[in-house]
Amino acid sequence: MLRTFIAVGVLLGAALAPFAACAAAPLELKSVTVDLPDSDRTFPPGPGSDAVNNNCLACHSAGMVLNQPALSKAAWSAEVNKMITAYKAPVAPEDVGTIVEYLTSLPSAK
Amino acid sequence: MIDLPLPGGPDARSITTQFPQKGSMILQRTRPPLLETPWDVFDTGVFTPNNQFYVRWHWAGIPTSVDIDTFRLTVHGHVQRTVSLTLKDMLDGFSRVELAAVNQCSGNSRGFFAPRVPGAQWVNGAMGNALWTGVRLKDVLDRAGVKAGAVQVRFSGLDEAVVPDAPRLMKSLDVDHARDGEVMIAYAMNGEQLPLLNGFPLRLVVPGWYSTYWVKMLNDIEILDQPDTNYWMKTAYTIPDTPHASIRPGDTGVKMVPINRMVPRSFLTNVSPGNTVPVGAPTPVRGIAFGGDCGVAKVDISSDAGKSWNPTQLGKDEGKYGFRQWETRITLPSAGRYTLMVRCTNTNGEAQPDTPNWNPAGFMRNVIESVDVIAA
Ligand code: HEC
Repeated sequence: MLRTFIAVGVLLGAALAPFAACAAAPLELKSVTVDLPDSDRTFPPGPGSDAVNNNCLACHSAGMVLNQPALSKAAWSAEVNKMITAYKAPVAPEDVGTIVEYLTSLPSAK
Repeated sequence: MIDLPLPGGPDARSITTQFPQKGSMILQRTRPPLLETPWDVFDTGVFTPNNQFYVRWHWAGIPTSVDIDTFRLTVHGHVQRTVSLTLKDMLDGFSRVELAAVNQCSGNSRGFFAPRVPGAQWVNGAMGNALWTGVRLKDVLDRAGVKAGAVQVRFSGLDEAVVPDAPRLMKSLDVDHARDGEVMIAYAMNGEQLPLLNGFPLRLVVPGWYSTYWVKMLNDIEILDQPDTNYWMKTAYTIPDTPHASIRPGDTGVKMVPINRMVPRSFLTNVSPGNTVPVGAPTPVRGIAFGGDCGVAKVDISSDAGKSWNPTQLGKDEGKYGFRQWETRITLPSAGRYTLMVRCTNTNGEAQPDTPNWNPAGFMRNVIESVDVIAA
């Protein structure tokens, strides 16, 4: 189960200058094009899930919210307000209460 | 799927191989990506492979294509002359430097905070060590000629916020720090160009400081003659100005300052909680440590929950800002349960604390790690 330790080598070298001497090995950069996966995960159905799906998926996928630990109603309320004030989430004021209720009743929530 | 040891859950995460230029990663969030390095990677050596180096973005406006011929890094603001640098200029126009350094998220290990706090629920894998190759930031700033009266240097990348008027990510360093000759702009990590998700083509490297400053896809450097008050400096990424950035839950009115230098940490990498260790036989144990903003002076181990400590042997020094491997043998005298602990003391004499810190953002965890094993 336990593999043997590989790198032992010299234990205490002289204090090193921060930068290692650097042979200018040729280095060439290449343009990059990638595809980033998206997520189609939505919030589990329940009272208020429409409001959460409509307001909480524009900037980040649902995992951001569903991986959170149990948070109190006050903590969820602070999160939703942070999204609106700090990150400019366009949440209609009348939806805030519904969203906070939904989040507070997530399985992980207190 | 994998179950992370997150107290109270939710603990299930997918292991994903869906992300470009990335191998197996723990999926913390798909968009924008938060990908954590699986723990076993840290047992394989002090350099974290590029394809398993953790990934962390704030906004989903990440360009999926970067053309090396049209890319420009602009240096402007309180300078003698604005300069616009091509990647060829970066590779050929400055002296090349190389440095091993740990890049660690401010919130690495946040998931272990008690009480739990909102944010990315990382375990310990939001960190990595790479050999960074590039140029000194100082040399680039000198090309533009920083004017007298400059206060801070602000960095931003190609990534964009996805709603109008939202704060795009920008981070600043004091001008003296920016010109200290250690802060660098990297165009390679571990000898290869950076994966796009780790900041291709250029990333700021701020040795000894948390990753929030290591701006990815760096294309804009602005010299400021005023302190930067943008959201990501003034509000986000701030810590209580207290020892270990620690307060009691509920404390208010605490002075907050921008997060800055890292603190020492050490980990066991070849023993996991619940492992069985043979009774009475010397058993090799090993792991990694880093000093934070300086080197590792020593790593000690305890097999009696911290009552007594013994030194370990340190592996090769690849540079003071990098991971350092440590190893020793332990002999557990009789059958039963043991708590192994490992403690790093850095070259500034700072040791890991034996009680965990707490702050509302879940930053700067560095309590002594412990792993319960069974001798049988
Ligand atoms: C306008 C964009 C936007 C919208 C809409 C939005 N968020 Fe966020 N959210 C963010 C950003 C930006 C972050 C910080 C990202 C990061 O750290 O990776 C964040 C982070 C979070 C976090 C992590 C904790 C934290 O404070 O950083 C939670 C939880 C969260 N959002 C919940 C929500 C909920 C619930 C909603 C719906 C009401 C929502 N978000 C809608 C932009 C948004």
